[in-house]
Amino acid sequence: MSDIAIKFENISKQYRLGTIGTGTLSHDLKRWWTVNIIGKEDPYLKIGSVNDRGTKADSDYVWALRDINFDVKQGEVLGIIGKNGAGKSTLLKILSRVTTPTTGVIKAKGRIASLLEVGTGFHQEMTGRENIFMNGSIMGMTKAEIRRKFDEIVDFAGIERYIDTPVKRYSSGMIVRLGFAIAAHLEPEILVVDEVLAVGDAEFQKKAIGKMQDVSHTEGRTVLFVSHNMAAVSQLCQTGLLLKNGVIKTNGLIRGVIDEYLMDTIINRTCEIDLDSIARINENYGNTVKMKRLLFNNGNKIINGDPLEVLLEFEIKKEVDEIVAGIAFTTLEGQRLLTIDSDITINNSNNKEFGNRLGNAGILLTLPRNDLQPGQFSIDVALRTSSETMYDLIIGASILEVMAGAKTPGQIINSSVMGGLRIPTYCQTI
Amino acid sequence: MKNEEYTLTIKPKSSLLNLNLKEVWQYRDLLEMYIRREIVTFYKQTILGPIWFFIQPIFTTIVFMFVFGGLAGISTDGIPQALFYLSGITLWNYFSESLIKTSDTFLTNQAVFGKVYFPRLIAPLSTTITGLLKMFIQFLVFIIVYIYFAIKGTNVTPNAYALLFPVLILILAGLGLGFGIIISSLTTKYRDLKFLLTFAVQLWMYATPVIYPLSVMQGHYHKYMWLIQANPMTAVLETFKYGFLGKGTFSWFALGYSALVTVVILLSGIVIFNKVERNFMDII
Repeated sequence: MSDIAIKFENISKQYRLGTIGTGTLSHDLKRWWTVNIIGKEDPYLKIGSVNDRGTKADSDYVWALRDINFDVKQGEVLGIIGKNGAGKSTLLKILSRVTTPTTGVIKAKGRIASLLEVGTGFHQEMTGRENIFMNGSIMGMTKAEIRRKFDEIVDFAGIERYIDTPVKRYSSGMIVRLGFAIAAHLEPEILVVDEVLAVGDAEFQKKAIGKMQDVSHTEGRTVLFVSHNMAAVSQLCQTGLLLKNGVIKTNGLIRGVIDEYLMDTIINRTCEIDLDSIARINENYGNTVKMKRLLFNNGNKIINGDPLEVLLEFEIKKEVDEIVAGIAFTTLEGQRLLTIDSDITINNSNNKEFGNRLGNAGILLTLPRNDLQPGQFSIDVALRTSSETMYDLIIGASILEVMAGAKTPGQIINSSVMGGLRIPTYCQTI
Repeated sequence: MKNEEYTLTIKPKSSLLNLNLKEVWQYRDLLEMYIRREIVTFYKQTILGPIWFFIQPIFTTIVFMFVFGGLAGISTDGIPQALFYLSGITLWNYFSESLIKTSDTFLTNQAVFGKVYFPRLIAPLSTTITGLLKMFIQFLVFIIVYIYFAIKGTNVTPNAYALLFPVLILILAGLGLGFGIIISSLTTKYRDLKFLLTFAVQLWMYATPVIYPLSVMQGHYHKYMWLIQANPMTAVLETFKYGFLGKGTFSWFALGYSALVTVVILLSGIVIFNKVERNFMDII
């Protein structure tokens, strides 16, 4: 018995651009005629261009995925990374059997459970208990299995008090925790996870990552993990797969794959992050105020020891009382190192200045001296009130590199002990 | 490497004749959960709860008694009007509701279907089975009214053909589910079929002996009888009335025809449905 858990052979997926509606009947008929009656190859499969959102398409059809060939070993935790539109989600959808590939075959050993969303099939009117059974069965568990694990699930989610309360009375965090708890207690041989981890509080995220590590290390199951959050990916995965415009760019050990991805992102768009097109983890994010763009140093490099300017541009869609911006730098190992917020300032800025305003606005934060040591950082960015309400949030919006500068001690540049914060102090010789 | 090692294969197309029923059976617990969910959520935040199941047929019957029995004066073959209409409404409602609800399968379950795999047939199947419960409650109303008339001494005599009731229910369920999933498969692409459906079901009722006995049709519109006889619903209603009320017509041929049509519709429905379920997320 070989140790390959999943085998992708020539997987391609084609999508049609534009609307599907008027006009398709003729395409349908032509396709049907050519393939089934004349017996030739599908005429629409030949055309179709590489999937690059930026360029104008010369055909109505695009390949969201093209000729994906690779194997995943038993017990491997594979991170799938790539920019938006690279084909990550399509790959997961095919693997989860939500849609079919246009060509190619995937062979897998054992049950696949997919976690493209937590709490699929939750019904607002039903209690937590009823929903555990509902969601568990949707995920492929039998009633007996759910009953056996019921206490564990409730315990893991930490919602014992609310178990007989309808889910509509739950906070969004509770729903996520319950959803993940159910998924974590599935016993599939292969677990497919899409960025669901990004929700929930820090404690829960830690718990979730820990659970996923357990699943692969101690129980020997295979995990496929898709995320924008390089910190989470590098923590969790041993190997990685980088997709670009629907084709595999690199695969292998996670470190190398992440580096390749970073080279691409960092070199292509220096210090400007387009936040508008990044999918939000919660559908309510961005409805009131939506983040549009994050610009560092006017687009110039971020250099250690130099001043750092961060401009967050956003659109106010509904009038709000106040807006507070927060930007955080997290190491790729998952440690948040530095957070700057517009409500913790030297000049006591007024957060309520945005009252009665609509449309485009921005917040500019300036650090007189950037003390982040050279290295790569994952950027989290949020807009909120000074109390609880979150308007918009993106975890792992991009990875940025802090460069060494004139003020960086030469020894540090090539040293293996990098990273961290080096803050100027008062120093006296005694 | 041998293929046998792999337990799961994901391919662009599957065989047309693979009905996937084995997998549906594997997911029977999910079917149960779906049924339970539909029943539980139906009552939540309603005042009358299950009483709604009674109100609808009773009021429809009363209205029919006024309009068709009273105003239009359509004969009921000597059967008490209340019983005649109630029997028709109970059976017809089950069929039409199964049909209309299952025809929405892909649209209403879009969110779940887009995120996780399970045999999609579970969803319409649960709708059909949940409807069965409602039908039995309405059948209970029929039985109560039936006993009332029996005590009063009205001449309603059941015969051995009443034992065919389970068969009739199977045909109704099969027809409703079969037509429903065919239409649900088509509406993912062509939404206008949905509007057509509500309208068509309404007209269909008038082509079925629900508000008139077959004998009246025979007398008035003899040359359109073929249309009524081609309707697989006709034999179901006639057999029911014949078995329970002792009036109407019964023929093994007509009932056999209905059963055959049901099997054909149901099988082709499952084939079409299975074909569509694999890719509908790209279309809807």
